[in-house]
Amino acid sequence: MTLLAIDGLSIAAAAYGPDAPPVIDGISLSVAEGESLGIAGESGSGKSTLLLAMMGLVQDGLHRTGGKACFAGVSLLDRDDRELTALRGGRLAMVPQNAGTALTPSFKIGQHIDEALRLHTGLAAVARTRRTVELLRQVRLPDPESLLKRYPHQLSGGQLQRVAIAMALAGEPQALLLDEPTSGLDVMTQQRIIELLGEIRSQRAMAAVCVSHDLGVLAQLCDKLAVMYAGRIVEFGEAGRVLAEPRHPYVKALVASVPRLSSISLPRPIGGAAPGLSERLAGCSFLPRCSRAGSDCTGQQPPLQALRPGHLVACRYPEEATQAATSSPAPVIARPAAEVPVLQLENVTVSYRRSSWLSPQQQPPAVSGLSLTLMQSEILALVGESGSGKSTVLRAIAGLWPLAGGSITCSRAADEHERRRAVQLIFQNPDSSLNPRHRVEEIIAQPLRLYFHMGPEEIRATAMRHLASVELDPRYLTRYPAQLSGGERQRVAIARALAAKPSILLCDEITSALDVSVQAAILHLIHDLSRSQGVAVLFVTHNIAAAAALADRIGVLHEGQLAELGPTAAVCSTPQHSYTKTLVRSARAWTDQLPPVS
Amino acid sequence: MLGLIVRRAASSLFTLILISVVVFAGLEFMPGDACTAHLGRDGKGAVLEACRARMGLDAPPVKRFTQWAGDILRGELGTSMQREKPITEIVGWRLRNTLVLSAVAALIGIPLAVLLGIIAGLRRDRLFDMAASGTALVAMTIPEFVSATLLILVFAVGLGWTAGVVTIGYKAPLLEMVSAAFLPAVVLSMVLAAHIMRMVRASVIDVLKSDFVLMARLKGVPQQQIIWRHVVPNSLLPVISVIGLTVAWLLGGVVIVESVFNYPGLGRLAVDAVGDRDLPLVQAIALLFGITYVVTNLMTDIAALLLNPRLRTYRA
Repeated sequence: MTLLAIDGLSIAAAAYGPDAPPVIDGISLSVAEGESLGIAGESGSGKSTLLLAMMGLVQDGLHRTGGKACFAGVSLLDRDDRELTALRGGRLAMVPQNAGTALTPSFKIGQHIDEALRLHTGLAAVARTRRTVELLRQVRLPDPESLLKRYPHQLSGGQLQRVAIAMALAGEPQALLLDEPTSGLDVMTQQRIIELLGEIRSQRAMAAVCVSHDLGVLAQLCDKLAVMYAGRIVEFGEAGRVLAEPRHPYVKALVASVPRLSSISLPRPIGGAAPGLSERLAGCSFLPRCSRAGSDCTGQQPPLQALRPGHLVACRYPEEATQAATSSPAPVIARPAAEVPVLQLENVTVSYRRSSWLSPQQQPPAVSGLSLTLMQSEILALVGESGSGKSTVLRAIAGLWPLAGGSITCSRAADEHERRRAVQLIFQNPDSSLNPRHRVEEIIAQPLRLYFHMGPEEIRATAMRHLASVELDPRYLTRYPAQLSGGERQRVAIARALAAKPSILLCDEITSALDVSVQAAILHLIHDLSRSQGVAVLFVTHNIAAAAALADRIGVLHEGQLAELGPTAAVCSTPQHSYTKTLVRSARAWTDQLPPVS
Repeated sequence: MLGLIVRRAASSLFTLILISVVVFAGLEFMPGDACTAHLGRDGKGAVLEACRARMGLDAPPVKRFTQWAGDILRGELGTSMQREKPITEIVGWRLRNTLVLSAVAALIGIPLAVLLGIIAGLRRDRLFDMAASGTALVAMTIPEFVSATLLILVFAVGLGWTAGVVTIGYKAPLLEMVSAAFLPAVVLSMVLAAHIMRMVRASVIDVLKSDFVLMARLKGVPQQQIIWRHVVPNSLLPVISVIGLTVAWLLGGVVIVESVFNYPGLGRLAVDAVGDRDLPLVQAIALLFGITYVVTNLMTDIAALLLNPRLRTYRA
């Protein structure tokens, strides 16, 4: 029986007036009792707006322009908050994207779950406490009794996510909506949360809708999969089927852009960028990026049609089920044979211990006894979970944090000033690493002025050249960071690093804030730059598949120590350290079911 | 947690020592000294020497400082030459009166400001918010001597509800002092409330946008409970330190308000002492203001520590 039904739902931004381009456009979906549906999409595809609409919520600044959303026959969007309080958190519950910010800071863990029980069950206070402990135990949190009295900030990200799940389960939901349930968590934690969700679902025969940009999460959690692009569903079907034999050109390209361990090669990026809200076309929105398009793709959007029972595609020229990829993978430039070391770390120890006479505190060093050598134009990936010390290593190399022991030698830099130039650091989040008040030209000009004392004309010419090398058009020079997409901003950050003519490029999780198709493009860019300009790259990431796709060698950091270091193929096929083994296993858990990249 | 409080108190103590040094040095660098100020045109020759010897001003500065600081630690603030009395005796009652005035102002201003701020934040950009925020802006801009004069004009001269100036002596019983403090306290609380209200409003608006408020809605918490259980406690936490700063600022504002209303407090005494060139008294009052400021800030910080779970459960 259908539990959740979305029928022709369109939501538009109110600020754009009556002809507003829709954020989501004519979405129809249904979820039956006990069924699980995944909704995949990159940022801006409208997937979160759709999920909130399923909770009966249209956020401020948006308004519904048509269609409806029903839960068990109740039309959700025609009622106000007061009429929905009994339903929300009760029969229809949601697990938020980031439990760290979604839990009220002044509430203890016990109070969070107790509130849900008080609102949605008739239990008395004593029974509620007993039930709270039971729920915490069910989500596999250790020592639930003592957790009741603790505050959210005292728990780790993974534990908070479990609390959020327990809170959602408190009202015995028939349908559980999950908004990026694992994003921001470590690979291992992510894997454990996915296992927990699978377990809970099998125990309770509960329907689930999961929204994520991570195809891997959806492949493991969901029976059905809908892929969204620019506010519309472009493909829908059995999750395994859609991922193994994608028929929409976008979905096919999206799947191909996921780095995987089964075939170690650079994933293929999708050319162009997803359209912004005001750039959406009357016809197929994917048209400008599509290689299969015909003349009738403009003007009218292609309907979502069944290619075979249960597999729907919104494309007039769908891919063949078994057809090879439309373009061959990008050529990989071989590394020059000469082995010239540019950076040597010997027995490096870094400590964040800060002791003063008032509070002498002892903490284990963040990194201890780390030795490695980086060759010219080599790409070395450092993999590890948060707290493993991988970012600390980069900070130490960049000279941002003093060493507690050991030495770092950069053979290309004679003095400290030279070293600042020769070692360039690129940060995880380009939103905060670029000055929002500077135009792109000024951003790239700063290292040029600082290190090479160039005049205005020379700066402009050089900045243009660097923009070209990160595949951005010269007209971007006059734009502000806010006018760029996330991927474009990261390219500008790379161009700024290149402007200093570095011998070593330190990349700190530079793709983790980006969509998977954009990640593929950045991986390509870094690879090509390293090969063509002879720059050595230290690429820090928690994603071992991305590391494997890009790097010549992989180092695995665990608790501040180098657990394993070796050629990419060897580390991925025959991992030695137990931590590496788990990492490789969880990364392979789902990518192996994707079609091979030809 | 205890460690944090101890550390915070230690730094307050250090600030107090610094203040005493600055206050002492300030008078030291002024041309002349307490005796030339006191004696005026007679301040020369043997008379001046005798005065200096009596006041211990002939000793070197460092020795005089340790002497002065030691007296303060024993609770003695020195002797006023003009008034020919121990300063402790002059200051004691007036300090009480000023504390009464500040307390009444804080008791009127803070609850009012918090309440108005919460309502304005919840009804952002609606009529109530615009009226309250606009009034707050005006209240912040008008100097105290203007608003004080206006209030006297309306309530004392026009309506005749209360006397325009305080006529009771500085040793009046507490209850009389409280009722005398009412009108001056209203003037002080206007500015105080305006600052705090705007902070509370901004904080409420911030919290309303947060993920945990959205989550509470999605959890089915009724609107009233969202506001009183989720929004209000979390938006008041960052305001505590501002409340502390504003209360400390109150003590500066009393100088003007006490003069306008002829209120027998420390502020008016300070003005009088400066007029009389009674340097030891000025020195003592400056030190007292400094101490009150530091103690208020210390108490606010400790309150913030105790009320904020994030800080309370901090393990050093």
